[in-house]
Amino acid sequence: MQGPDPRKKQSLPQRLYRWADTRFSIGDLVDYMSHKTVPIHGHSIFYYLGGLTLFLFLIQVGTGILLLMYYRPGADSAYESVRFIVSEVSFGWLIRSLHSWSANLMIFVAFLHMFTVFFTQAYRKPREMTWFTGMALLGLGMAFGFSGYLLPWNELSFFATRVGTGMVHALPFVGDYLMQVLRGGDEVTGATIGRFFGLHVAILPAVFTLVIAVHLLFVQRQGMSEPIDWEGKPQGEKKTIKFFPNFLYRDLLLWLLALNVLALLAVFFPDGIGVVHWPLGQKADPFTPPPPVIRPEWYFMFAFQALKFLPAHLLFIEGELFGIIFFGLGGLIWLMIPFLDKNSNLNRRSPVFMWFGVLVVAFIVVMTILGYLLE
Amino acid sequence: MERIVSRRTFLDRFIAVIGVAFAASVLYPIVKYLIPPKSGEAAASQVKLPFGRAELEADPRKSRTFRFGRQLGIIVLTSSGELKAVSAVCTHLDCTVQYRPDMSLLWCACHNGKYDLNGKNVSGPPPRPLERFAVNEVGSDIFVSKETA
Amino acid sequence: MKTILLVFTELLLLWAGITGSVVPAPSQSNCVKCHFDNEEENGPAHQIGRDIHQQSGLGCPDCHGGNSALDDMDAVRASSGYRGVPDRLEIPVFCSRCHSDARYMHEHNPSLSVDQLEKYQTSVHGMRLAQKKDRKVATCVSCHTAHSIGSAKLPYSSTYPPNLPITCGHCHADKAYMAEYGIPTDQLEKYTRSVHGIALLERGDLGAPACNDCHGNHGAAPPGIASLDAVCGLCHAIESRLFDGSPHRPAFVAQGLPMCETCHGNHEIAKPSDSLIGLAEGQLCATCHAADDQSKASADILKVSAGLRSLSIATDSAAHMLRMAGAKGMMITDEEFMLKEVGQIRVQARSTVHAFAADSLTPKVEEGITKAEDVRKRAVKLIEEYDFRRFGLGIASIFITLLALGLYLKIRRLV
Repeated sequence: MQGPDPRKKQSLPQRLYRWADTRFSIGDLVDYMSHKTVPIHGHSIFYYLGGLTLFLFLIQVGTGILLLMYYRPGADSAYESVRFIVSEVSFGWLIRSLHSWSANLMIFVAFLHMFTVFFTQAYRKPREMTWFTGMALLGLGMAFGFSGYLLPWNELSFFATRVGTGMVHALPFVGDYLMQVLRGGDEVTGATIGRFFGLHVAILPAVFTLVIAVHLLFVQRQGMSEPIDWEGKPQGEKKTIKFFPNFLYRDLLLWLLALNVLALLAVFFPDGIGVVHWPLGQKADPFTPPPPVIRPEWYFMFAFQALKFLPAHLLFIEGELFGIIFFGLGGLIWLMIPFLDKNSNLNRRSPVFMWFGVLVVAFIVVMTILGYLLE
Repeated sequence: MERIVSRRTFLDRFIAVIGVAFAASVLYPIVKYLIPPKSGEAAASQVKLPFGRAELEADPRKSRTFRFGRQLGIIVLTSSGELKAVSAVCTHLDCTVQYRPDMSLLWCACHNGKYDLNGKNVSGPPPRPLERFAVNEVGSDIFVSKETA
Repeated sequence: MKTILLVFTELLLLWAGITGSVVPAPSQSNCVKCHFDNEEENGPAHQIGRDIHQQSGLGCPDCHGGNSALDDMDAVRASSGYRGVPDRLEIPVFCSRCHSDARYMHEHNPSLSVDQLEKYQTSVHGMRLAQKKDRKVATCVSCHTAHSIGSAKLPYSSTYPPNLPITCGHCHADKAYMAEYGIPTDQLEKYTRSVHGIALLERGDLGAPACNDCHGNHGAAPPGIASLDAVCGLCHAIESRLFDGSPHRPAFVAQGLPMCETCHGNHEIAKPSDSLIGLAEGQLCATCHAADDQSKASADILKVSAGLRSLSIATDSAAHMLRMAGAKGMMITDEEFMLKEVGQIRVQARSTVHAFAADSLTPKVEEGITKAEDVRKRAVKLIEEYDFRRFGLGIASIFITLLALGLYLKIRRLV
């Protein structure tokens, strides 16, 4: 290996690269990465959504770790510690508000990411596993949301959790047992905080990190999915840009703007806005009557409302159970889309599944809106 | 060699400088956050009183009020040396009660309501007893908590 | 023979059982049965179920005499011990036959006092009944009713405190009925508007006084002029004690002024306001004190008035500032707590007015103002924090925007 030209002064990045390369032989990796490209077309903008979700997740991790410095789980201390953070700790209001806003935005962007992937049929071969891991991440994200919501131990979250965990009761055989395991007992108590806290700061982060590492590995290895109508196009006609540094800079720019939006929301709407509201309010008291309106977080609202519409009994099945079966089956179909949509594997459009997707989006949107209107 | 400050280098330097300022504006709140505030721990449903038995003994009224969450409480040193704590909010019209060592009673000045040292309303307008608290002494510290049934 | 006897006994028992379950009460006498069928809806037999005498096991003959086993009225009247309905003027003595008999009452309700007749005889009602043979005055049954007598602790009783003003008002609020007595008939209406009336009748606060708490019940009479502050002082202990030690007590006694009533009224006691204190026209003190008499009293009045006003201003200013901070979304629970303490001090300061000496009031006023100022300062800090947050956001946004601009230009270059 020839040494560098001593007359040329090496820049800092170059010196760092030489330091790493002589120890870890990163030459191959860097070479591989420098050839990665991103397709440019009418729908390229959707490519940013995955990264945006990741960015919001990183905000969650950062603010979450900071909150951990002062939060204390337990029926006697949870509420008081959150009140302490928001009123006494320097910038505590900011950290908490960022955490709440980022959580909601992350789920929203994750849904957008999922639907854009769906409608561009990017789940087709060879990316089935990316779709599965992605769905797992969405589920884990919603579990994060559900478990985190209880932690302030205020009226709002106590009753929402009570209703939410009560629903598993409808499952035959395992229902009661599952509810007990979820709640840490028969009722929602300090024991529930303990479980949800362990889930929220240890179990879910560990699993999430593993799954997202795999998800990102797949994306890096396979590159971005090309649009279906590029099928058959000659390579020279496919417009692309390099991932490093072109696409990455654009990604970073978007992340910077997203941070600004987050900061604006956190300062101007620290307790949320409209129906997406999380004021600290009063401490949870199991003995007071529930407030007139108990609502879950907005991303559960569609399921909540759909269940409300179900009659007590459908045929011979209990209404709630029917709802669980309905959503279970629906979720399963959605999950298995890569295998059900045979056309996509042949790089052909699938109007049937596209319409199915439209139906699903419409159902979710309508049910969510109804959920708030009919309160 | 002519030193031409190319636009490219200027841009890179500009980004670097602003980047540092940006990083500082992110780190500043984080660092301030991590410094613990003066008020220390969050008050839970157990409170350590900011005074001890000695202060109560020295007090001519043999009693002190204290903050318990959103409530006001009163702790009394009885003639037998026992410490008793109850809510200090009169159940009639929310005035603050006081301890009367001459009567060994808690007295509300507003309408002459009287409670015994267990909080039971014994005379005057108050309709309900005062809520009782549990008192624990650990060394020279006094801890007050909600009484569990 | 044995079978017939057996059947007969069984039928007898059956009959007794049936009649026993159809008839309302075991002590159901012929009196009640007959009167129930022959009287109007609110007659004695209809009411007697609620009556405390009936519940204690006493029956009609225990008051009215006669033989309750008989079912013919003439026979009842002729039976021995029959007392019938007493004449109105005889009612107190009629009731006290038992109620003044300590030994008899001991067997039925040992804790009940037996001095009602004695007290009644000192009351205006009792004296008019005895001396003027006035048939219109209240007797035992006027307030307690005759046949549905209930303990004053029970909500349906005519003597239950929230019901009591109406009970007294049956006569005392009836203009036509009371015309010949020359006393006002607006007491009930005034009382209903008063602080005490609203507390008792609208809020159900049983700690508030009804007519009997100030006037007595059996010994009903207006409180003596000189003893008024003792009566009010049963609840308003501090104010009464301060008043007793103040220069007003001897002055009022000397002038025959009715103590507390002089400033506060009797039936229409309204919530007092700080503005009552002062020497301007319309203010209470001006009734006796001249504004320009250069006396210590006038100086004190002005000091007290000024002190209360400055405390009010400080409290209101603090509350206003705090409201603003709360409206901006800042957490104000600690400061609200402190403001409650200021409220308590304000109550204490107003009580201290009754010492009628500025020196008693000043320390309390100063304490209150200091605490209120503290709250106000903290509220200002909260608002400043709110402004700082927006300012900080502005700075951060500028950095972010510049950085984004730089990045954007860099991206433009690379493409």
